[in-house]
Amino acid sequence: MSELKSSMTESVMDALGDVKDPEIASVSILDLGMVHEVDVTDDKVRISVLPTFSGCPALHIIERDIKKAVENVEGITSAEVKFVFTPSWTTDRITPEGRERLKEFGISPPPANHVMGEPWEIDCPYCGSTYVTMENIFGPTACRSILYCKSCKNPFEAMKPVADMG
Amino acid sequence: MTQETLKPQEKKALIELLYQLADDDFLLAFRGSEWLGLAPHIEEDVAFSSISQDMMGHANLYYNLLEILGEGEADRIAHLRSPNQFRNAIILEEVNGPGTYLKEPDYDWAFTVVRNYFYAVHKHIRLDSLRHSSYEPLAEAARKIMTEQYYHLMHWEIWFKQLMTSTDEATLRMTAAIQKVWKDFGGVLTLGPYYEDIVKANFIDDENVMKKRWNNKIEAVLKEVGASYPGEPRMERGNGRNGVHTEDLKQATSTLSEVYATNPATGW
Ligand SMILES: [Zn+2]
Repeated sequence: MSELKSSMTESVMDALGDVKDPEIASVSILDLGMVHEVDVTDDKVRISVLPTFSGCPALHIIERDIKKAVENVEGITSAEVKFVFTPSWTTDRITPEGRERLKEFGISPPPANHVMGEPWEIDCPYCGSTYVTMENIFGPTACRSILYCKSCKNPFEAMKPVADMG
Repeated sequence: MTQETLKPQEKKALIELLYQLADDDFLLAFRGSEWLGLAPHIEEDVAFSSISQDMMGHANLYYNLLEILGEGEADRIAHLRSPNQFRNAIILEEVNGPGTYLKEPDYDWAFTVVRNYFYAVHKHIRLDSLRHSSYEPLAEAARKIMTEQYYHLMHWEIWFKQLMTSTDEATLRMTAAIQKVWKDFGGVLTLGPYYEDIVKANFIDDENVMKKRWNNKIEAVLKEVGASYPGEPRMERGNGRNGVHTEDLKQATSTLSEVYATNPATGW
């Protein structure tokens, strides 16, 4: 990779860091691990993005926001966004910063290295207790569940774990 | 296999299969969305609408695959076909009960639980096969859908088992619902007239293999909750895979396309 190209890619990545999940305002698509590949050729960039949930109504908004952010990068004239399913997005792709920001938003990050079918180990985002119960596996958006902390008696949300099923 | 390497006969069979997959999810998601605000309790309302939204998303993924194969724009495929072009199983288009969601809905929760649970079991079996499909874009979509559908199956299984083993009235209603669903559930388990080509191209497992998996699973669950297995499910009102449908589909598609038809240029 030429130096120019790599610095260009870096600028694009910076811009992507400003694209937030419309449903969780503090978390960027980079934090969530949704960006798969960024390919800069001259003044054009192609970005492949992994959708979190297939029925996510925010995908169109995310696509629009990516284009807007990236086309503002100096030296880039057009950005193409493509949603791909391979590799498939899993909650393991959420970065450590992303997990922290989810917590700040009052959403517990998903358990790490989750195996589908096994019980979740989720801490309360407020007091850290593991003494929690599942109230509703389906929360206000496709990717969130509603839980209740029996220690601090607060309801909270958790990111529903999604693991590759092989 | 990719779009470029498909032979014409394979492509035709693949398109038929994709319509079945898409329309099954699309119609049942629509029936689910009609429950909005009417589910037994608030948590269920949240859960069920979330499931319906996921399923609309799954249908959309399949419609997008059809778009790539030259069947037209995904939104148009979903909204502007006539009923005889739909390939969903008849049981999935059936109304939730008397009335409409706007006027005196007297929906049947037992029927909804049974239909959704039986369908979720089959959908899981189908996806488990599709994730090894010879058509790679379909295999990729199936792997994605599977991670979400896992929660749907769990959800309906809890409802099914709990209602089957609670009060006498619940058991009675559930048993009646099983009998009703059984009359036409055979339509979900079939791959329709292009069955041989679909299987020959390895797009999905043989329908008889999947049928057996479904029957075995349901037989075991029925036994677990103390109910008897009624024998192979039937297809009394015809095969939706052939484009045979009931008035209920017309009602569904006209409601669904009403908004779309007002302005097809808008993104839905
Ligand atoms: Zn707590």
